Amino acid sequence: MFLKKTKKLEAQIDEYLDLVIKGGLIFKLGIKCYLENQTAEFEHHLLELRKAEEDADDLRRNIEIKLYTRTLIPEARGDVLGILESCDKALNTTTETLLEFSVEIPVIVSELKNDFLEISDRSISCLENTVSGIRSYFRNVDAVRDYVTKVQFYRKETNKIAEKIKRTIYRTKSDLSYKMHIRDFAFHIEKIAEQSEDVCDRLSIAIIKRLE
Amino acid sequence: MELSVWFFILSALFLGWSSGANNASNIFGTAVVSKMLKFRTAAVISGIFVILGSVISGGGTTKTLNDLGSVNALAGSFAVAAGAGISIILMIRSKLLVSSAQVIVGAIIGWNLFTDSPTDYFSLYKILLSWITSPIIAAVFGFLLFKLMKATVLKWKIHLLEFDTYTRFGLILAGALASYSFGANNIANVMGMFVSSVQLPDLPIAHIFVLNGEQQLFLLGGISIAVGIFTYGNQVINTVSEDFNRISPITGFVAVSAEILVLFLFTSQKLEQFFIRSNLPPVPLVPLSTTQAFIGAIIGTGIAKDPHSVNFKVLGKIASGWVIAPAVAGLITFVSLFFVQNVFEQKVILSEPYELTASVMTELSSEGIRTEAIGSLVNVRFKTKKEFRVELLQRSRFTKEQLYKIFSCSIIDSFYIDTNRLYKNFDISLLTPEQLQEIKKQHGEAFNHKIDFQQALFRSRTVWGAANDTLSTIELHKTMTTLEDLFRVSAASHN
Repeated sequence: MFLKKTKKLEAQIDEYLDLVIKGGLIFKLGIKCYLENQTAEFEHHLLELRKAEEDADDLRRNIEIKLYTRTLIPEARGDVLGILESCDKALNTTTETLLEFSVEIPVIVSELKNDFLEISDRSISCLENTVSGIRSYFRNVDAVRDYVTKVQFYRKETNKIAEKIKRTIYRTKSDLSYKMHIRDFAFHIEKIAEQSEDVCDRLSIAIIKRLE
Repeated sequence: MELSVWFFILSALFLGWSSGANNASNIFGTAVVSKMLKFRTAAVISGIFVILGSVISGGGTTKTLNDLGSVNALAGSFAVAAGAGISIILMIRSKLLVSSAQVIVGAIIGWNLFTDSPTDYFSLYKILLSWITSPIIAAVFGFLLFKLMKATVLKWKIHLLEFDTYTRFGLILAGALASYSFGANNIANVMGMFVSSVQLPDLPIAHIFVLNGEQQLFLLGGISIAVGIFTYGNQVINTVSEDFNRISPITGFVAVSAEILVLFLFTSQKLEQFFIRSNLPPVPLVPLSTTQAFIGAIIGTGIAKDPHSVNFKVLGKIASGWVIAPAVAGLITFVSLFFVQNVFEQKVILSEPYELTASVMTELSSEGIRTEAIGSLVNVRFKTKKEFRVELLQRSRFTKEQLYKIFSCSIIDSFYIDTNRLYKNFDISLLTPEQLQEIKKQHGEAFNHKIDFQQALFRSRTVWGAANDTLSTIELHKTMTTLEDLFRVSAASHN
């Protein structure tokens, strides 16, 4: 009976992480639709993502309040809150990036479409592995390392693809403004991976503390 | 009952209050410092269980402490309790974690020195030894328990939040048990001295149960301990938190569990009987101190977790406190006894008459004490211990241990065998028909020496002889001690 409230909070944390995963998948679909000029579907995905992000925000605040008011996990609370907030930033980045696509409507040339698909795929892989790492932090600390390693690997991959996009676009005869515009979008998507890596850095420190 | 008795009890309540404040840290300290429990919650749980422990399982007197020196005058008890209480507060102020028992031992020795009473060195060594064995045994248990936790529970894939809930629950349970055990073991130190002087009528509580006079006193003492925990425990926890700040909730739980386990295993007579009944080798009973066991458990757990995490500076500080505390308590008690006796003109010791009899001489000879030199003192009554000691030492150079033995054998004690008391205040089923017959034969007999009483009542080897198995021997010995207390005419009623 005394576990009832704890189980509820556990379910909320899982629900929050599910929303982050869902957000990542919607982002990937949204980019795909954008690159295939399916504007209506793209806008629909953007709406979905914004809704998921808002829900995740509410849920995170709720979790944070419960952790504080019930003085739960006093030793790890700071780390857990930091991890959840940092993860939220990664989700926000996905929404902001998709919104930028909707507002600025960058023209992606056909030779870059595949690279954009790949970079969004790798960035979301980073996010997904980060979420798995967070889940493991709660249940199986030993497995966190594996996910952190995967995140670091995908982060490097996104870095390489972003560089490739920048090199490709800067070697075309387009306007500098256009080149800078496309570079910014590569940078935006890469930021999701960067944000995920930040979460993993926090995770790495947090597991050391837990294993102490 | 005189009003002055209640005034004297105030010092016992002060001692209860200070020992409650002092012990709050080793009951719920780790849970509060690691923020797993709010102090208020911890204090409420602890207070309730301390009171329950005091009333339900509180022992009449602490035998080892009584052996060390029996403070027999109310004003003396007042000064001893006040001296001990003040010393505990001083130790808390000096940020030293000491055990109440250490301070009380110091205070009793202070009384012995002031009143020129002999100290039973065997009991003292036993207590001193327990101050060394308690932390060592608890450290071993803390170490093993943490390793066991690491190999099992910490490997199970339990959600962090669930684990937190279990740890919290464990800390509450362990703290409640530690509080109960603290109340049960410590109440005699606080109130034991007043049990024979304060006679209270039975108090029925809501027609459910009845509290006898002793239990009412223990309830009062238990409440004073609980108030100590509630009002001053937090400051003590904050004081020692500097030393415990790196204790995680799970380490705290393991340490308190090890403390309880050690106290239960090595001090429980019921458990010993269970082992014997189950044909298992019994665990030797050792007098253990809660605070020392706690410190030991913390060290053991710390070594198991990370040997580098043990702060030897803090340990040194704690160990020095264990030497300083009894010395300070002895000194303060000595000074307060001086004031109580000379300024307030109160008797701090009741005169205890001594007399060597033929039976006492035989007993002393059987203990290997040369009695030829003191043969001329047989049947001479000495009004005070001092007088008796001077005469003894003039005749022979007895060692302190021999003197203690002579004193304890020749002190005039009063026994009156009244079978009515047997039926009224004793569980007859504990006696065999032959034993009951033996007691009946002695009805109406009075004795002035314990040896005479024992020889008269328990002389028949066939009736009172040692049984074959250890358990029956322990139980027989317990029955004989209870009979002794039953037929003893108490000092209060005697005077």
